[in-house]
Amino acid sequence: MEGYSPQLLDLIPKERKWLVQRDEEEGKHGASEEKKLELRLGPPGQEEDWTRKNNSTRRINDERSLFSLGYFPNVGQNTTNTNSFMIQAQKAQFQLQPTTTPQGLSVMGKESSQSCSTKVADLQNAAEKKIAFSPAPAANTAVPNSSQKRTAPGPVVGWPPIRSFRKNLAGTSSSKLQPESQSVVPNKVSSENPVDSCPKGLFVKINMDGVPIGRKVDLKAYESYDKLASAVDELFRSLLAAQMDSSAGRIQNKQESEKAITGLLDGSGEYTLVYEDNEGDRMLVGDVPWHMFVSTVKRLRVLKSSELSRLRLNSKQEKVPLDVDMR
Amino acid sequence: MSKSFPEEVLEHVFSFITSDSDRNAVSLVCKSWYEIERWCRKRVFVGNCYAVSPRILTRRFPEVRSVEIKGKPHFADFNLVPEGWGGCVYPWISAMAGAYPWLEEIRLKRMVVSDEALELISTSFCNFKVFVLSSCEGFSTDGLASIAANCRKLRELDLRESEVDDLSGHWLSHFPDTWTSLVSLNIACLGSEVSFSALERLVARSPNLRTLRLNRAVSLEKLHNLLCRAPQLVEFGTGAYSSELRPDVFSNLAGGFSGCKQLKGLSGFWDVVPAYLPAIYLTCSGLTSLNLSYATIQSPDLVKLVSQCRNLQRLWVLDYIEDFGLDALAASCKDLQELRVFPSDPYVVDPNVSLTERGLVAVSEGCPKLQSVLYFCRQMSNAALVAIARNRPNLVCFRLCIIEPRAPDYLTLEPLDAGFGAIVEHCKELRRLSLSGLLTDRVFEYIGTRGRKLEMLSIAFAGDSDLGLHHVLSGCESLRKLEIRDCPFGDKALLANAAKLETMRSLWMSSCSVSFGACKLLGQKLPRLNVEVIDERGSPDSRPESCPVEKLYIYRTVAGPRVDMPPFVWTIDEDAALRTLLSLRKIEVSLDIHERM
Repeated sequence: MEGYSPQLLDLIPKERKWLVQRDEEEGKHGASEEKKLELRLGPPGQEEDWTRKNNSTRRINDERSLFSLGYFPNVGQNTTNTNSFMIQAQKAQFQLQPTTTPQGLSVMGKESSQSCSTKVADLQNAAEKKIAFSPAPAANTAVPNSSQKRTAPGPVVGWPPIRSFRKNLAGTSSSKLQPESQSVVPNKVSSENPVDSCPKGLFVKINMDGVPIGRKVDLKAYESYDKLASAVDELFRSLLAAQMDSSAGRIQNKQESEKAITGLLDGSGEYTLVYEDNEGDRMLVGDVPWHMFVSTVKRLRVLKSSELSRLRLNSKQEKVPLDVDMR
Repeated sequence: MSKSFPEEVLEHVFSFITSDSDRNAVSLVCKSWYEIERWCRKRVFVGNCYAVSPRILTRRFPEVRSVEIKGKPHFADFNLVPEGWGGCVYPWISAMAGAYPWLEEIRLKRMVVSDEALELISTSFCNFKVFVLSSCEGFSTDGLASIAANCRKLRELDLRESEVDDLSGHWLSHFPDTWTSLVSLNIACLGSEVSFSALERLVARSPNLRTLRLNRAVSLEKLHNLLCRAPQLVEFGTGAYSSELRPDVFSNLAGGFSGCKQLKGLSGFWDVVPAYLPAIYLTCSGLTSLNLSYATIQSPDLVKLVSQCRNLQRLWVLDYIEDFGLDALAASCKDLQELRVFPSDPYVVDPNVSLTERGLVAVSEGCPKLQSVLYFCRQMSNAALVAIARNRPNLVCFRLCIIEPRAPDYLTLEPLDAGFGAIVEHCKELRRLSLSGLLTDRVFEYIGTRGRKLEMLSIAFAGDSDLGLHHVLSGCESLRKLEIRDCPFGDKALLANAAKLETMRSLWMSSCSVSFGACKLLGQKLPRLNVEVIDERGSPDSRPESCPVEKLYIYRTVAGPRVDMPPFVWTIDEDAALRTLLSLRKIEVSLDIHERM
């Protein structure tokens, strides 16, 4: 806690007694900063001529020390901070990883968790940077603006800004190559099975016990249960760790807190993967052939195996819904 | 005033004032006008469901017939808002169910609508007529079944771009056979096949049906059955537009389309087989709106189609149209007002289509009425942007997405500052702008000083310092919505312009440099703002205050902090802010805190 820049304390309201204490330590300096901050909260363009265009850049630089809030503190001084960025880097790694599917993002975060990712690149050493941004296109490296040091990102969540139903549509570009071939395809196929009518990309929601944030996975990107299971592990491992850390009120060492999520399919691990099929029943993932699973799955859920154990596990053949609350 | 002018007269006068802002102004004239106005307000628009509470709404406006509410921030469209963030409509419906038994219209956008909410709607409003769910989620076809079964006076059901849990297509059969009031039905977003016979009967017994947008699962062979039964259709959305090539299918289809003499809009066209496109040629001259944004039609076929649509006002299309097709559009469609060009394959760096800045320049030259543009492309130049700005000073909406982030002018390798600067300089009426490409703080100086009517601004991967954001917030006097992602904007600009935020509807910032400390300061100093920190890494308290927050959503509100936050959202209220400050500094005043709580 000693590592904080003294400016942070300006956030304490004036009337609080600890501010007074601090003022005694540091003299009038703090009080004057507080005053400037107050002025800035009024309507813009009053006293401080920040709005003047001519020398405003310089002024900002001059005043940087007054407002150090938005800038990164020296990471080396603060282990907590470093660790939170490590987790972030880990996330960026799996989210930005290029995949072999032509569509690029096989695992699509429902929300952007790459937030600090570009900053992470600045903070991590060069090796980590490479991992996180391995797909960086070369085209942008010759950008003349030297202030844009940040690496051009690979696929990022939410960019380009296209709705997910349009992403699925993008797969139909295969028809561009042989537009005539479609005319001989009986349209029964597409009308009977809406799943197959999206040639690429079958996104289903996935939630995990203990992780408040849902995600989506593209089942078309995995050919087998094993690949799905390892994707689920990648998807939730760091999130789960972060979740446990925050609920424990501290950030642990990354190695300490991040464990691989294993045994998802055979019930041997801490978590088990189940799904809700098109009839609304909950089933164990892995019981039916993969293609049948893909054509009936509506939603995935990673359950605590302990929750599952009090229920009868269903057999390989008959369909026994799991009486589990999926919410 | 009220003595010389009876209330009834004023009420009648007010009834001619339809715009929301004018009604708002009227209600501020004096106390008696406020009273009269609130009793005769029939329509209410809530731009942010957390800016006001259902209770405040129903208390002030007791006679509302039509409600429009928006929920999640716009960036939710692009997966930037975590699932479970909020925006549930249920509290609104339950309040309105008690207060507005005569409610006729509900229009929702980006809200979470549960099946329970749908059921409540279906049983609470006996005069319910119009239901529009735009980009909503959280409900299933079961909920739709209760709407179908119970809303006997329903005229419009529009599910545009909603994400529906598709349990079965049987919901459509729940519309009773006696129900004949349907005017508009849009089910294009549904995945599963609806019962075709139910659809057919529905269309046949709805003499007032004007708009019908089907989903992909409705087959091409059956379209003519529907078209024959509804020759009065004005807007029609097809399903999958593919079939085996059979002459009878083609002639039936062509006959069906040509029987609809009033057709003005077409959409759908999934999985197009180009050989069937001539079936619509006869209707082309009457079309004003064409949505081909799901249609993978190649440029030559598109050119044939578009050049027959002489009266087209709105075109949505994939980049398959290419520059060549846009040239044809510019030459044929002189009434074009709105153009959207979407990428067919957004994640491919070098696609097999030739769509560049040239096509857009051509349209800006050839279509004098063009005022709204959404354009995805892979290269842009300042010269092209300047040309567009000069050609079309009447632009109201200009959204340009250069797919590669921070791509410079491909000719000069300069930033695109000058180009976007020209757009805001020449287009005096510009209300909505989305930026992309390599941009420095300079472009924000142009926007801040010249974008006087700009109401919504989207920024991504742009700027180089706080100065950029400062220019926007200290300028842009009409700005209402600002959304920013991945920009090096931080505390200074935000704090210096904090008062501006109270004049805006909302500010979204994700992956920027705003610290948690600054968020707390804002929340403390401006109690009429809700400052929401959205962070998946866990509580921001577990990190240093100077650490940037993942996502920040700030909006003005008269309802106070919301109470339905999921665990990854924190709102800043004074107590919370103080608690955090204290815990961070490990100051031993826990007793004091307990007293406060």
